Amino acid sequence: MSTLIMIIVGCALINNVVLNQFLGICSFVGVSKQMKASASLGVAVIFVLTVASAVASLLYDYVLKPFDLDYMKTIVFILVIAALVQIVEMFLKKTSPGLYKALGIYLPLITTNCAVLGVALTNVKNEYNFIESVFAGLGTAIGYTIAIVLLAGIRARIDESAIPRPLRGAPVVLLAAALMSIAFMGFGGLS
Amino acid sequence: MNAILIAAIVLAAVGIVVGIGLVFIGTKFHVDVDPRETAVREVLPGNNCGACGYAGCDAVASAIVVGDAPASACPVGGAAVTDKINEIMGTHAEAAARRVASIRCNGTCEHTSTKNNYVGIRDCRAVALSALYPRDCDYGCLGLGSCAAACPHGAISIQDGIAVVDQEVCIGCGICVKECPKQLIELVPYGQKTVVRCSNKDKGKDVKMVCEVGCIGCRLCTKQCESGAITVTDNLAHIDYTLCEDCGKCAEKCPQKTISLL
Repeated sequence: MSTLIMIIVGCALINNVVLNQFLGICSFVGVSKQMKASASLGVAVIFVLTVASAVASLLYDYVLKPFDLDYMKTIVFILVIAALVQIVEMFLKKTSPGLYKALGIYLPLITTNCAVLGVALTNVKNEYNFIESVFAGLGTAIGYTIAIVLLAGIRARIDESAIPRPLRGAPVVLLAAALMSIAFMGFGGLS
Repeated sequence: MNAILIAAIVLAAVGIVVGIGLVFIGTKFHVDVDPRETAVREVLPGNNCGACGYAGCDAVASAIVVGDAPASACPVGGAAVTDKINEIMGTHAEAAARRVASIRCNGTCEHTSTKNNYVGIRDCRAVALSALYPRDCDYGCLGLGSCAAACPHGAISIQDGIAVVDQEVCIGCGICVKECPKQLIELVPYGQKTVVRCSNKDKGKDVKMVCEVGCIGCRLCTKQCESGAITVTDNLAHIDYTLCEDCGKCAEKCPQKTISLL
């Protein structure tokens, strides 16, 4: 049990996927303009990442490993994640149109989020079993959500302050993200 | 050789399983959509630019079918797309007419006089607040180009001391309208030739002292206008562009040439 908690804390804070491993930067900067959209994307990522880590872990343990196809994992994971997002989208459209509407365009966007593939590959590298993989996926997604919601909050403040003209727009957002990244290095002391 | 074969077979097997799974789930969780929605989506440009104010072409297509958005909702597609959507939906919405910015001042250097030689910040908003107001006319264009700097398409230039809009380049976004500290810019229908190029609300005598082409509120234009589009309030002529037929008769009679053909 304590291992699983350590995995969640480790993935969410110490090795934060955005601020420490620099994965999923594009949606991190692109979508964080509005708090609501950021939170929606965070929920969608939590959902997809957890399911994707489970499926990728099963596939690796029961298909790739027996055939000694370790080197094929990247391409297989890409295939499976893309299909998975499609399935999740169709499933939500039928069963929960409200949630489908709320997630909107962000659900299909996750297909191209490198954080999803990154987690599947990291799980393999760390030799996690099925349960550990699921928790690692969940922890990473929580870390992503924390990071993007925090940045959205900071950007809301940035919008209201007087920023020097050359720094307006993307530059000040990247600076804010860099400072967040430095702040998150503090969690390194936990490990 | 064997390793490559196994790899290919395993990958193909995974692909086929995933594909069959997608088809199966796709039919099982199929949601019936209004066929009109698919048809409307087909005729939209499909570049998901968001200029309509919706999240993308899919979103605006469903809004059109539900009735939340008019058939003319897509500003990029213009009249062609609106016609096709009208056909699908059985409606008769007209495409939004293109509008362009127009400067309500013609006080060029030769028409007006200046009282100060302003050397401060080159920005209209700064001058408007400054005590060293350079122009004799309190209403006219300051000619420092805050609108030109704000224009995202470079449609405005400063010529002979006043801002001039290139109607071909202007897309009617209205950014300059908000930028002008003198509220000189209005959006007029594209191609509109007859415009009142003055904003001076002073009495005729005072206007004549500061500008050769300012509106003196003589009301000759209102008598010329057959469609009743021109009204004079606060010693200044206004044209209602929904009524104006752009005949140019008012411009002929205007003694100050304030109403002039662009």
